[in-house]
Amino acid sequence: MNLPIEHLLRELTPQVLGTVVRRFSDFAAAEDAVQEASIAAAMQWPLEGTPDNPRAWLTQVAFRRMADHIRSESARRRRESEVALEAPESTTIEAAPQEDDTLVLLFMCCHPALTPASAIALTLRAVGGLTTAEIAHAFLVPEPTMAQRISRAKQSIKNSGIPFQLPTTEERAKRLRAVLHVLYLIFNEGYTSSVGPNLRRADLSHEAMRLTRIVYHLQPDDTEVAGLLALMLLTDARRLARTSAGGELIPITQQDRALWDKQQIEEGVTLISATLPKGSVGPYQLQAAIAAVHDEAARADETDWPQILALYDLLRRMSDNPMVTLNHAIAAAMVHGAAKGLELLDALKVDPRVENHHRLDAVRAHLLELSGDGKGAVRHYRAAARKTGSLPERNYLLTQAARLSSELGLMNEPE
Amino acid sequence: MKYMLMMNATKANFDWYAKWPKEDLKANFAFMRAFSKELKDSGAFVATEGLAWPDKAVIVRAGSDGTPITDGVFPESKEFLAGYWIVDVESPEEAYRIAARASAAPAPAGTEGTMPIEVRQIMSGPPEEFS
Amino acid sequence: MKFILMMGMNTSKESMSKGIMSWPKQDIEAHIGFMIGFSKELKEAGELVSAEGLAWPNEAKLVRASKDGTPITDGVFPESKEFLIGYWIIDVENAERAYQVAARASAAPGPGGAPLNMPIEVRQVMSGPPEEIQ
Repeated sequence: MNLPIEHLLRELTPQVLGTVVRRFSDFAAAEDAVQEASIAAAMQWPLEGTPDNPRAWLTQVAFRRMADHIRSESARRRRESEVALEAPESTTIEAAPQEDDTLVLLFMCCHPALTPASAIALTLRAVGGLTTAEIAHAFLVPEPTMAQRISRAKQSIKNSGIPFQLPTTEERAKRLRAVLHVLYLIFNEGYTSSVGPNLRRADLSHEAMRLTRIVYHLQPDDTEVAGLLALMLLTDARRLARTSAGGELIPITQQDRALWDKQQIEEGVTLISATLPKGSVGPYQLQAAIAAVHDEAARADETDWPQILALYDLLRRMSDNPMVTLNHAIAAAMVHGAAKGLELLDALKVDPRVENHHRLDAVRAHLLELSGDGKGAVRHYRAAARKTGSLPERNYLLTQAARLSSELGLMNEPE
Repeated sequence: MKYMLMMNATKANFDWYAKWPKEDLKANFAFMRAFSKELKDSGAFVATEGLAWPDKAVIVRAGSDGTPITDGVFPESKEFLAGYWIVDVESPEEAYRIAARASAAPAPAGTEGTMPIEVRQIMSGPPEEFS
Repeated sequence: MKFILMMGMNTSKESMSKGIMSWPKQDIEAHIGFMIGFSKELKEAGELVSAEGLAWPNEAKLVRASKDGTPITDGVFPESKEFLIGYWIIDVENAERAYQVAARASAAPGPGGAPLNMPIEVRQVMSGPPEEIQ
């Protein structure tokens, strides 16, 4: 597909979808209609030229599709059908984009009633404008499976009767959190998948950043939105240094900082610095602040670990996510010594959410190594290798165990 | 999260299956077709394959000059992979639920549910959370 | 013709003591590098259909349905069992080519960089659903 047209369509289709859903209420049918209009545009515009008002063009075509759809369900919907047929055929559709529609769409697609996988798929499709094939490819599932997920998600929304409007003020905070969570998941999926030249998946993290920017633009005073954007910028800035050419994982303390994106770091630091003083500090802002401290260190040994520890102390108070506790333990170890970190890990041993999680073993291994218990470290690196579901991570843990094992002359002790 | 759901069977199991009454085979095929469709409709389906009978199974090793050395002799007790599904689900419990469905596939009266399904996670490319 | 090439891991004490966890770091890295290169080769030759690695066998579960259909899961396996640890599905002209590919996989490097000569099970993958019974 013609690249400029592709970009234009991706930008316009969510706006058009908003207009159509506002008009006809049937989200699922509207999404289908807009998709059809988009396909028609992709075929006709390269041949006939892009129309003067591409948005109006798409909207008209989508309206006509909707009218056809309603007509074909005529019997019990005769009344609606008459109304639909009156839809304006002219180009008097409002020229000013209803920016709020993108936000409403996001709220809809990220509704807490949907499973994370459904919300992610629907968001990427309806708001991101990605094709089903692109989303399927990004998540390594067959296209019909992804199409089915999107279809079911649309059906859930239809069945739940969620109105096409911004959530009430009471609901707003909770719903916005749901949106940010979905965007965070998309970013994470893309960021952590960019092993080697796998551009398709790296696009996911950029897509997440693009959508988060839109939300930030629409809600500039929301500090957690700014926090999430900053977190993404500061994390993504390290992407090229995170894996070796062969796809091996490189921990942050060993990354080649010359490969970090300085401009993105500056943008992220500026953003989080401007946001924190506003006062309503939340988890994304704190994580962004932590990322900023890492990214601002010219060398690993210049990292301001006391600052990071203080931030994790704060983060722990607002989040009982065990991963936060793990990271807090690492920071504590860097400031107060490995013994302190290990002590903090013991509190997690009985947390059912993590007691069998590979990261607990991996962090324990790292701290045991720091504390001089090489044998214990090797054992836990291997235990972590046996538990992880990620291939690059398993490879990393196996090689750490082997490295340490050799250094200590512990070869051939499989446990 | 992707899981592989595996049906393993010994040669004796395969031979027993080959002798099922026609109605039981038909019921089993119908179930398998419906089961795959269920997985596709729910958006969990990634892949499914049936493997050829183990009579032609071969173990290959590299000979000293790299040419393949093949061997078709297996112990009686060896379990062969008969077929599998790969599903993409939100949790291991969901994978077990699907596996339980598969293990309850129709079989000759009195023998249903005796074939357990082995469930293993499929390794993904990326690490699970960013650092 | 589609074939599945299966790589196993035996969980007997003896096999595990010689397993990847006992190798030096550079041998682990060489092995991993080989596997990545091997899949890439197959992909470029247009022979690779799919390849997956499976999680370590300690996490394996056996699942049956109870009378009411709820899953009964069991993590107990015989002490020395051959678990599938990874596979490639290839689409090639004939069985001979499949065996050649399998031999290459079998020769993946292990301790000291020497070829492991792992046993790779090769089976044909059936195409389409089971045939209708007449």
